[in-house]
Amino acid sequence: MKITVAGVEVAFGDLPVLDGVSFDVATGEFVSVLGPSGCGKSTLFGVLAGLVAPDHGRVLVDGAPAGRETFGYMPQKDLLFPWRTVLDNTTLGLEVGGMRRREARERARELFAPFGLAGFERSRPAELSGGMRQRAALLRTVVQDREVLLLDEPFGALDSLTRTAMQEWLEEVRGRFGWTVLLITHDVREAVFLSDRVLVLSSRPAHVAREVRIDLPRPREVGVLTDPAFVAAEAELLDTLRGGTRL
Amino acid sequence: MTRADHRSRTEPGPPSSPPVPGRAGRTGRAPAPRTARGRTSLLGRVAPPVLVVLLLLVVWQGAVTALDVRPQVLPSPLRVLEQGWAFRAVLWANTLPTLQVTAVGFAVSLAVGWVLAVGVDFSPWLRRALVPLLVASQTLPIIAVAPLMIIWFGFGLLPKVLVIALVTFFPIAVGLIEGFARADPEAANLLRSMGGGRWAEFRYVRLPGALPSFFTALRIAITYAVTGAIFAEYVGARAGLGIYMAQQKNSFRTDLVLAAVAVTALVSVALFGLTYLVERVVAPWIKGARR
Repeated sequence: MKITVAGVEVAFGDLPVLDGVSFDVATGEFVSVLGPSGCGKSTLFGVLAGLVAPDHGRVLVDGAPAGRETFGYMPQKDLLFPWRTVLDNTTLGLEVGGMRRREARERARELFAPFGLAGFERSRPAELSGGMRQRAALLRTVVQDREVLLLDEPFGALDSLTRTAMQEWLEEVRGRFGWTVLLITHDVREAVFLSDRVLVLSSRPAHVAREVRIDLPRPREVGVLTDPAFVAAEAELLDTLRGGTRL
Repeated sequence: MTRADHRSRTEPGPPSSPPVPGRAGRTGRAPAPRTARGRTSLLGRVAPPVLVVLLLLVVWQGAVTALDVRPQVLPSPLRVLEQGWAFRAVLWANTLPTLQVTAVGFAVSLAVGWVLAVGVDFSPWLRRALVPLLVASQTLPIIAVAPLMIIWFGFGLLPKVLVIALVTFFPIAVGLIEGFARADPEAANLLRSMGGGRWAEFRYVRLPGALPSFFTALRIAITYAVTGAIFAEYVGARAGLGIYMAQQKNSFRTDLVLAAVAVTALVSVALFGLTYLVERVVAPWIKGARR
């Protein structure tokens, strides 16, 4: 399976936001999208998730137009609802998709252990720590069984210790489940640590200004942070981002 | 409840290293964050107002005894209690119709409030059309309208139900409309990404999210409902606490008027308390969330 984003353009009124964004993602790939604040990263995800209709360009799956069911979208906020238990929050997507509640719960329950949430099925979201809430939100996305996960700054609101632990955890479970992931992040180190490729968007109106391949063996652990290849990739990306205005 | 405290409770608890499978052991269930105020016992909440009321009654009793006021002008609390007890059968016979009118009127009000609020939530046109009218309906002077209701609809149930509905549907409708609108727009996007439409957004996000403000509105409305019923009966009825008060006032039985007032207050407080019970059954999650 291959996802192709071809020349996507979006303007809000007179304000051009995306100006011919093109890239592709293969099955099992982890691709990060970096870019200056307000460059249109979230708009790009909106297009992929079917929330924003592009003015030009297309999103294709193996050459055919992608439907809304291709992408599982995890927004920046966890959006866990206080009126649902943690388990029922994670089944939301399945229920909206028309699955029976019992079947949906069975499917979601299987993921609670690998997501480190076992024992919290009946808790309320307010009882979870910040990292657990993000994992519950990711579980809600993953259980929908979409082909590509769209993660919009999933760890942005976490403290740095929790964030590091979450990055290691994501690296580990992704390897285990073989997800295809597109990640928006501001954190260059996070992008390099997790990705096979990193796309750098230009400032608005955005296009893909640069693509950096991260050739580091998997599974990666914290030790990789000091690997010369890691440091080189990080430096290259920072350089590109800093030169953002000249792109 | 304000938007601010609505948000604050969605903040995560104290940051801690997340329990990662296969790594450091977990330390059981995180305790639910609750404030000390939320834990005040029932006795702790009921005792202060009861004490204040008792104190006021003692002052009243002392003043009436010391100044030797005629009971037709101001009876002592003990006399009100004594006469109220002596006439308990009549009082009860008049309480039942009032309760009935309140229940029917409030049910109509709830139905109208929900239909209007849901309609307004789904249709921007209805919102523009109805919201100004809702506000205008509250400028009607009930004191002038209630007697007209009697002229138009007689002494039966209908005019009273209409008066109660008129005074109580507004807080319910407005509470719901604002509750629906409080939904996070990003939650709507999430639902759409899951394949849901406007109905799914309403069912999974807007409706449950509106319940806290609905119950707040319900509490305001239920107290208006009893007062509305009394007022409607006062203007004209065959039976009920309102007409009973009017009759006793005309025969200078101030003590029995006050006894009926006391019954009204008890009924209102009981109905007010009942809303918490309903909330606990319908949406138990609100309690932990509300400060």
